[in-house]
Formats: sequence, C-alpha cells, structure tokens
Amino acid sequence: MKTILFIIQKEFKQIFRNKGMLPIIFVLPLIQLLILSNAASFEVKNIPFSFVDNDHSKVSRELIEKFKASDYFKIIDEFPSKNKAVAEMQKGNVDVILEIPVNFEKDLIKNRGTTLSVSINAIDGASAGIMNVYISQIIAGYNQSIQPQLVQYNYGFYVQLKNIVTIPSFWYNETLNYKTYMVPGILVLLVTMLTLFLSSMNIVREKEMGTLEQINVTPIKKYQFIIGKLFPFWVLGLVILTVGLIIAKIIFKVPMLGNIGLIYFFTSVYLLVILGIGLFISNFTETQQQAMFIAWFFTVIFILMSGLFTPIESMPKWAQNVTLANPIRYFVEVMRMVLLKGSGFPEIKQHLFILFGYAFIINGLAVWSYKKTN
Amino acid sequence: MKRFIGFVTKEFYHIFRDKRSMFILFGMPIAQIMLFGFAITNEINNVNIAILDQSKDSETQKIISKISASPYFKIEQQLTTENQIEAVFKKGSVKAVLVFEKDFSKNLQTRNHSKVQVISDATDPNMANTITNYVHAILQKYIVELNKNNQPINHIQSQTQLYYNPELKSVFTFVPGVMTVILMLVSAMMTSISITREKELGTMEILLVSPLKPIQVIIGKVFPYIFLSIINAVVIVSLGFFVFKMPIEGSLFLLAFESVLFIVTALSLGILISTVSNSQQTAMMISLFGLMLPVIILSGFIFPISSMPLPMQIISNIIPAKWFIIIIKGILLKGVGLNVLWKETLILVGMTAFFIVLSIKKYKIRLE
Amino acid sequence: MNQEKIITVQNLTKIFGTFTAVKGISFEVDKGEIFGFLGANGAGKTTAMKMLIGISKPSSGKAVVAGYDVVENTESVKKSIGYMSQKFSLYDDLTIKENITFFGGIYGLSRKNIKLKMNDLLTELSLQDVANKLVGSLPLGWKQKLSFSIALLHEPQIVFLDEPTGGVDPITRRQFWEMIYAEANKGTTIFVTTHYMDEAEYCDRVSIMVEGVIEALDSPKKLKEQFNVASMNDVFLKLARNVE
Repeated sequence: MKTILFIIQKEFKQIFRNKGMLPIIFVLPLIQLLILSNAASFEVKNIPFSFVDNDHSKVSRELIEKFKASDYFKIIDEFPSKNKAVAEMQKGNVDVILEIPVNFEKDLIKNRGTTLSVSINAIDGASAGIMNVYISQIIAGYNQSIQPQLVQYNYGFYVQLKNIVTIPSFWYNETLNYKTYMVPGILVLLVTMLTLFLSSMNIVREKEMGTLEQINVTPIKKYQFIIGKLFPFWVLGLVILTVGLIIAKIIFKVPMLGNIGLIYFFTSVYLLVILGIGLFISNFTETQQQAMFIAWFFTVIFILMSGLFTPIESMPKWAQNVTLANPIRYFVEVMRMVLLKGSGFPEIKQHLFILFGYAFIINGLAVWSYKKTN
Repeated sequence: MKRFIGFVTKEFYHIFRDKRSMFILFGMPIAQIMLFGFAITNEINNVNIAILDQSKDSETQKIISKISASPYFKIEQQLTTENQIEAVFKKGSVKAVLVFEKDFSKNLQTRNHSKVQVISDATDPNMANTITNYVHAILQKYIVELNKNNQPINHIQSQTQLYYNPELKSVFTFVPGVMTVILMLVSAMMTSISITREKELGTMEILLVSPLKPIQVIIGKVFPYIFLSIINAVVIVSLGFFVFKMPIEGSLFLLAFESVLFIVTALSLGILISTVSNSQQTAMMISLFGLMLPVIILSGFIFPISSMPLPMQIISNIIPAKWFIIIIKGILLKGVGLNVLWKETLILVGMTAFFIVLSIKKYKIRLE
Repeated sequence: MNQEKIITVQNLTKIFGTFTAVKGISFEVDKGEIFGFLGANGAGKTTAMKMLIGISKPSSGKAVVAGYDVVENTESVKKSIGYMSQKFSLYDDLTIKENITFFGGIYGLSRKNIKLKMNDLLTELSLQDVANKLVGSLPLGWKQKLSFSIALLHEPQIVFLDEPTGGVDPITRRQFWEMIYAEANKGTTIFVTTHYMDEAEYCDRVSIMVEGVIEALDSPKKLKEQFNVASMNDVFLKLARNVE
C-alpha cells in the first residue's frame, strides 16, 4: 500500500514538472470545449439564396418577400437569367436558385396551376434535404395565404378546408439550442481522449526510456505499479470533468437537472474502463508513437460510433449492435440523460452495470498481459 | 545527391518496419470511409415513438397506421395517460410522443380542424426537428386526401432540381472530408513526431553535423510521408469511386496537384509544430488536440460553416482544411477548374509559405 | 574457508525463435566476491544476466540467486538483489532526492530509514549542494555513481551491474571501482558485466562468454597463466580468435 503512494507521488511530480505538457493537458482541451461547442451544429441557416424573377408582378414580389423575411435564407442577389445564377452556384456563391416563370400572377388568377423552378446545391445531401423542406414550407405557406383572395376571383364563396394542426412541443430544450446537446458530448470526448492518450503513452515512455526495466527488477507487485501509474490520470480525468462542467454551466448555460454526484460516480467507473484500455494498449506497443497511433485509431472509431455526432438510432442494425460494446456510447448517453433530462439512478443503472463489467474485464486483461518477466 | 537518397531510404525503412503504425496509417482511412458510408448518418430511421391517443376513433386509427407504415418511425408504445410521458423520456425509450386530442374526428367534422401534439425529446434538437417535420409532412399528405373534393386549383407547384448530387448521397460530403482529415493529420502529425523523435534520441545532431544540408535533412524526413499520404489519398478517392459511386467530374490532374499542395501545407505545419516541441509527447499532443478537433469541427467537414456563429466562421478561415475541402468538393462534384478555384489554391500556397518561413525563423533562433 | 554460493547456475538456456542466445551455461558465484561477467557485444551476457535478475524467463535450465530459484520465486529474488541497468535508469525529470525517495519506497524502506540513508548517500557522494537538482542536469559520471548507490539502498546481498562504466572518463571509472571495492568489503557480492577488459583485472573471478557459451572461468591471474598472455585483453583476443 505504501508502495503505491510512492509511485503516485512520483507520477504527480513528473506530470506537473513537465512544463510543456501542462498547458496542453489543462488549457487546450478547455479552449476546444469553448470554441468547438460554438461551432458544432447541424442547423441550416444563412442559406445563400438567389432568384430569377421573370414575372415582375405583385404576386412574385410578395413571394420573394416571404423568402427575404425568413431567418433561414440570406438573399444574395437577383439574376437576370438562370444560367447566370447557375454559374454563381458553380463558384459556390449561392446554394438556392428560385426561378419564377413569366405569367406567374396571371396563371394563378386565371385558375391555372403554375410551376416554380427550384434549384438546390445538393453536395451536402443532408443540408439540401433540409433546405428543400424550408423552401417547400414557405411556398406552401404562401399558397395557403393567398387562397382566400384567389377563390374570390373564381368561386365567389369560400370553401373552408379541413385542417389538422401539428403543435410541436420541445421538451428539455425548448429553444432547440444545439449547444445544449453538444457540450456534454464534447466534454465526454475531451475527458476520454486526454486520459486514454496520456495513460497509454505514459507507460510506454518508461519502456522507451529504460526505467521500466529498472522497475521490473524491484520486488514491486504488478497491481501496485499499475494502480500507482493510473491513479493520477484518473484524478486528472475527474478534474477536467469538473472544469468542463463549470464551463458548461456558466458559459453555455447547459441545464443540469440531474444529480451531479451521479455523474461523478459514473465518470469514475468510466475512467477505469478508459485507463484499462490505455494500459492494455501500452502493453503491446514498443514506442510512444505506436501507442498514440493505436489509441487514436480506436478513439476515432469509438467516437464516431458513440452517438455523439450522429444518432445511434440512425445507424443500421448491425452498427447499432456493435455500439453495445462501445464504452463511450454509454457515457454520452448517461451524460445527456442525467444533465438534460434529470434521469436518475434507476434509469442509468443498466449502463452502470455494463461499464462495471467492462472495467472488470479490460483491467483484468491488461493486468494479466503486463509481464514483469518476459 | 547519393547521400540524400541514402538518407531518404533510411527514413523509408524506419516507417515500413513499424508494422503497427503502418497498419493504422492505412487502416484508419479505410475504416473511416466504411463507417461513414455505412453507419454514420443523420437521417432518421425506425425512430422509436409513442402514441397517446385520447380519441381512439377511426380518423386517429387511420393516421396512426400511416405513421406506423412509414419507414421513419416505429411505434414502440401506446400510452394511456399524460403522466407517462415524462417517464418514457427519462428512460430514453422513445424520442417523441404523438398526442391526439379528445374528440378528434368530431372536431374535424364540426370545426374543420383538430390538433395533434408532437412532443419530442429535444435533447437532440436535430432529431426533434426532423421528427416534427416528418410527422407534419405525413399529416399534410393526409390533409390533402381529406380535402380531395375541395382541392384548390390555384396551386403553386414547384419543380426541384438537385445539382451535383441528385440522389442526396451523403458520401459526397464525407469522402472529401475524410480525405482532408486524414491527409492533414497524417502529414502534420507524423512529420512533427518523426522530427521530434530524432531530437529526443539525439540523432538529429548527428544529421546536422553530417555533410547533408539542413534543408536536405528536412526534405528527406518529410519525403516518405508525402509518398504515404498520396497513397492514402488515392485509396480514399478510389474507395469513394468504386464502392460508393462517387463521381469524379473534374480533372484528375488538378485533383492530384491540389492534393499534393495540401499535403505539403500539412507537412509544413508539422515541421512548425516540431520546432516548438521538445518531446514526442508534446508534438503528439499539439497535433492531436491543437489540430484534430479544430480540423474536424471547423473545416466544414461535418458541420456546415454557414451555420456557425460569425466569430467561428472567421476562425475557420485560418484552418487550411477548410479551403482544401472547398477545392476537393469543387473538383470531384462540380467539375470546376483552376479558374474558379484559384483563390483557394493561392490561400493554401500562402499558408504553406507562411509555415515554412516561420519554421525557419524558429529553427534559426534555436541554433543561436 | 567454505565459501557460500550466492549464485548457482545449471544449464541455463535462452532461445529466441530459432536463435539460441545462451547455450546451457553453468557456473557458480561465491558470496562476497566481485564476479566479472565478460564477453563481446552480442555474446549473450546481457541475456544471461536478465535471466538471473528475473526479468527474462529461461527457456530451460536452473538458476538459484540468493537462495531463491529465479523461476519459482522470482519476486523473492528481486527483494534480495540490487540492479543498475545499462542506461543508469534514474528519472531525469525528478531530483536526486526524489529519485532516492522513490526507489527507497519501492523497496519497502520506511520514510525514516530513507531519510537516514539519503543523508549518508548525499554526504558520501558530496551531492548535498545539488540534492534538489534534476538528475537530467547531472554529468554522466555523477549519474552513474548515484545509480549505483540507489541500487544499494535496500542493502541487498548481491548487486548486478550491467555495463556500469560505459561512456565515462578513466578517472571516474577508477572512482567507481573504488566504490565497488568498498561495497564488496562490506560483504556484498558484486556481479558486473563489462566489455572493458582492463576492468576485468579488478575482479576476483571472471567468466568470458563467446557466442552463448562460457569459454573461460577463473581468476584473472590464472587465466593469464592459462593462455600465456600478459593482460586480460590478450586473453579475450585469444578466445575471440579461436572462434574465427
């Protein structure tokens, strides 16, 4: 037991003495949290919109006003011909071209249907889909709004249409603030990356320097060495979590409905898993570069498949099953559930048990594969 | 010259003998493309929802069966009271609850309108919005059917043309993105580590004392990674083309040229990092934390830049990756040439020059 | 005097794939002697030593160190021995004091004991003024002496030194050997590998490994007589030439 304390003491000294690394460990991740949370969003806004008005009528101008008034679109310019507008799309200056045909107003009044031409830059398929929805909504809305006037021209009486109103209600995040969703996720990302990389590279560094051999000749027990080595990073993970949560609360105003103690408890277990993986990686690599590479490889794949950026529900069945083995998935879910929805122990106990099991297995494997004698 | 070739050969040996790193270097882009192609998407599919039907009449049944038939939704539960909503959300078992008001059909007959509440779990605002929109669309279609005898004729139709990517395939966004990320990370990170390692081991001094000029040392160190990155780029584009049917509209030659330019930009960034790192660990950490996340998030790879707040958009301009993604998308999907892309190309050239000049300055300071 | 054997090796072998680095060597080391384990680079002496200190598992054969079998009781062996690795493995980013505290603690010394020993060590090596400096800033010779002293903190019966004098000047080497003598006089057995043949002269007995086999084992004086040469260097050359 005392031996472990000696190792922990040495590790902390080494971490804090490393002047180059300290800002990287503490400052850089938090800057990332600040910057990236502001940038990460799938909302489609400020869509560069252009139009070609061949009609120049009251109706066509009204329709265009609707687009000007919309928050989603940013009117770039009016073009005399569609070809000129397409050339601009080619250059990347506009993403949407609305072409209003000649006789637009006349055809509508004369009870004939009329067709607008909408051109969308579909390189980003997801955004294009959303743009299409917005455009359709505005056009449909306008169509609906002029019905009474048009009907007057034609029938003389107003037939009321049946309508089903959809009333949206957004729980836990009324303003649909994407940051509320992303900040806990990015925090997970940072805590994970930091502890995984530092822990895996740390042991390999001793291998590279030769001090590991020296340690292996001492009577120190495997578990003493491993606990002593990993404990500082466990603490570090929790420290980063704390600072991150403070930033989340104060700067991003992320709601924290649930029990923060639960978060800490869960993170403690989660860190055991991550550190175990780091240790496991370090047992099979000879150089720091290799350790870092392997850690990077797994991090990217695990993060992409964790539901952090894209929902797990959107993945094909086979991929969803694969994520069941991904510890990051559980952490992301729990963070969001507890912070944003106020979920409590009963709702997350399954996640907890799975992570406990995971920690047990991976640490067992890691300790077993660490050989003091080759 | 022969010395130089000998040096470059040694660098190649270093790299190729490290089997584990090689595996990652080549495996990573392949794994990412596969993931993005087959697993990562924002589209909704079989999303679990619950229904609270307070009317249970023929209209609601019809609507519910339409929703059930939709591939987007899976009706997981039928709730009986409003109190249950909070519980299912907290547990996370459904993403939305559709509430049909009491006397739904009656209201439709007598008042000509009735209400459906779409209560969504908006912790994921994107999902909530999409669900709401899709439900709305299904309901709209139903409304049209309801009113088919009273259809307004003066109907504004729209004909939509989707440019560059008519099938709305997501591969078109992520192949350029993955390529950019991999090239940037591999080139910058690997270079910075390789140079720092020689510093750490002390062999850098030996190289500097040798007849090789410092510029030859740097180029020699960096050359294998140009080679590796080119292979990576080819693999990625080929995968996109052959497996995911991504088009290559523009000039292959221009594609190659711009890719090499970007690789050089990334490499020069790596060199710059190595001048400020005293150990491999530091170089790695700077590359990872200082590069990776900003590249992924601020380059327009996953999140559209136009949606970011203005300060972020400005910051994104200093990320070389952002410009390269514009170039790549332009060449692959729009088929444009240098006449359109000259601005972005020039920016990359400028950045490269900047990094190199800065590195040389820092290097000279060290020597003194 | 009946010399107690502190190391007994029987048919010790180490095979790496198809290459046999140590080919069934057998020898004994007396308690309290300074035993030189010589050989050219690649002869197998480091591999053999690694088996004796318990960080490499023998492919076959037996070795008993300080009364414990290196395979059956590896951890007990480690408690009784000290080790100074070829890279003088101290932590460059810790101070002298911190290194002493750390290694003392690992070997189970009480904090009080560590303090006592630290004072002795610092005085003996005249390092008091730099006690709080990082080891990385020390010149090589000081690091080497410090390494040796730290290896002895827990008063082991035998200390293994792997090429301890690599890269230092002759005067420092001489000083180092004086430290070794002082320690040997206290009764500690010294097991040292080296490829400096002049250092071989300082040992009580010497073994010379060539290509995984012990080609000679005796006191320096007797070996010189046996091969009819004037220095250990010549003994070695003779053996090496035999191989060619």
